[in-house]
Amino acid sequence: MTNERKSCEVVFHVRRFNPETDEKPYWQQFTVKVEPGMTVLDGLHQIKRQHDFSLAWRYSCRMGVCGSCGMLINGSATLACNTQILDISDRNLTIAALPNFKIIRDLVSDLSPMFEKHVAVLPYMLRDDIQEMHEPTGEYYQSPDDLLEYLQFTYCIKCGCCMAACPTMATDDAFLGPQPLAQAYRYTIDNRDDGTDRRKKAVTVEHGLFRCHYGGECSAVCPKGVDPARAIQLMKKQLFFDFLKLTKHKTPAHVLGRPEGVERNPKIPEPPPYTVEQE
Amino acid sequence: MLQLKRHPNKLGIGGWLLKGRWGYERYLYILHRITGLGILTYFLLHIFVTSSRVLGMKTWEAVMGVLHHPVFMLGEYAVYAAFIFHALNGIRLILIEYGFAVGKAEEPVYPYRSSVNVQRPLGVGVMVLAVILALVGAARFFMLNGG
Ligand code: FES
Repeated sequence: MTNERKSCEVVFHVRRFNPETDEKPYWQQFTVKVEPGMTVLDGLHQIKRQHDFSLAWRYSCRMGVCGSCGMLINGSATLACNTQILDISDRNLTIAALPNFKIIRDLVSDLSPMFEKHVAVLPYMLRDDIQEMHEPTGEYYQSPDDLLEYLQFTYCIKCGCCMAACPTMATDDAFLGPQPLAQAYRYTIDNRDDGTDRRKKAVTVEHGLFRCHYGGECSAVCPKGVDPARAIQLMKKQLFFDFLKLTKHKTPAHVLGRPEGVERNPKIPEPPPYTVEQE
Repeated sequence: MLQLKRHPNKLGIGGWLLKGRWGYERYLYILHRITGLGILTYFLLHIFVTSSRVLGMKTWEAVMGVLHHPVFMLGEYAVYAAFIFHALNGIRLILIEYGFAVGKAEEPVYPYRSSVNVQRPLGVGVMVLAVILALVGAARFFMLNGG
């Protein structure tokens, strides 16, 4: 096989839906001249320029960072900007909105249920020392090993691909889903956090953590290598040991005060003044 | 604010089968559900069939006669095979779901290697075992019943 790629014509089969005029979605075809190096997102732009300006989709960064352009491309959920057309086909391409979310228009799906579930698992640092959190006197101690425990899961860009690929999500609307559950673990395992109990309540609901039965799809489709399936199983492990009372009570990371007897390097600038009024 | 209608796009049961990358684990996931439902159906039928004994010896023997039909023999073997799969995959799932076979969190470096790759040898091993047991079962089942 040679790696030489030539430009060719690819037929884009796009699933369209306009809420103002259409009863249900329908397929429309566009022939696009594809050059090597073109992403699916570029192809969509081409359609908008040359064929139909009313085609709607969501995108922003064009480089797999913002998580806006998740869609179903040739049957699998992925980012349009991160997918080379010629990597998957030189003839036909089917493109539809992410399933398991309602369609707003054409390729734009309504991700708000995912965001609501994300908020429900308390995806932020929970600690008792509120004063320190608001006006920090130093940094919380964290070793490189502590960091590795959760680093992988921080790369989530909330594109919704995992939610669209999950077979459990397909039949269970109320299931929290891979994205929120992975984020619940990301915070629970962070050594600066002290909210395990509260988060445990949030994820062990009826359609929560234990509804995952490892179809492995979320991790297979994740465009950022976040591996939600791993986070979910590791969280189950954590709760399992917790249930058996086999976990040591963890004290959240302490504050590393400023070192004493050391002068501040004058070359390091002071932080800029507040731009909003402080209470 | 203008509220436009949204079109539902949930995959439903079809979602078990469609719209994925078709990883090996997804096949196991679906088969696990199907065999689970199959075994449950068998269990209900089993209660129904054995309860015919209370209707007297005649009914019981008539029912048993029907059950010796080759179709039911095949069905019985299918239940055995489903049971083997479900049990072994169940053990795999217990190991995975309690976090013992998915590895530790690692930094995602492209090309990504996820927990799916980490647990794959377990999945393959367990299925090889299931196939061996199913074949041994088949030999005994059909030889004993046929001979
Ligand atoms: S446009 Fe930002 S992730 Fe694709």
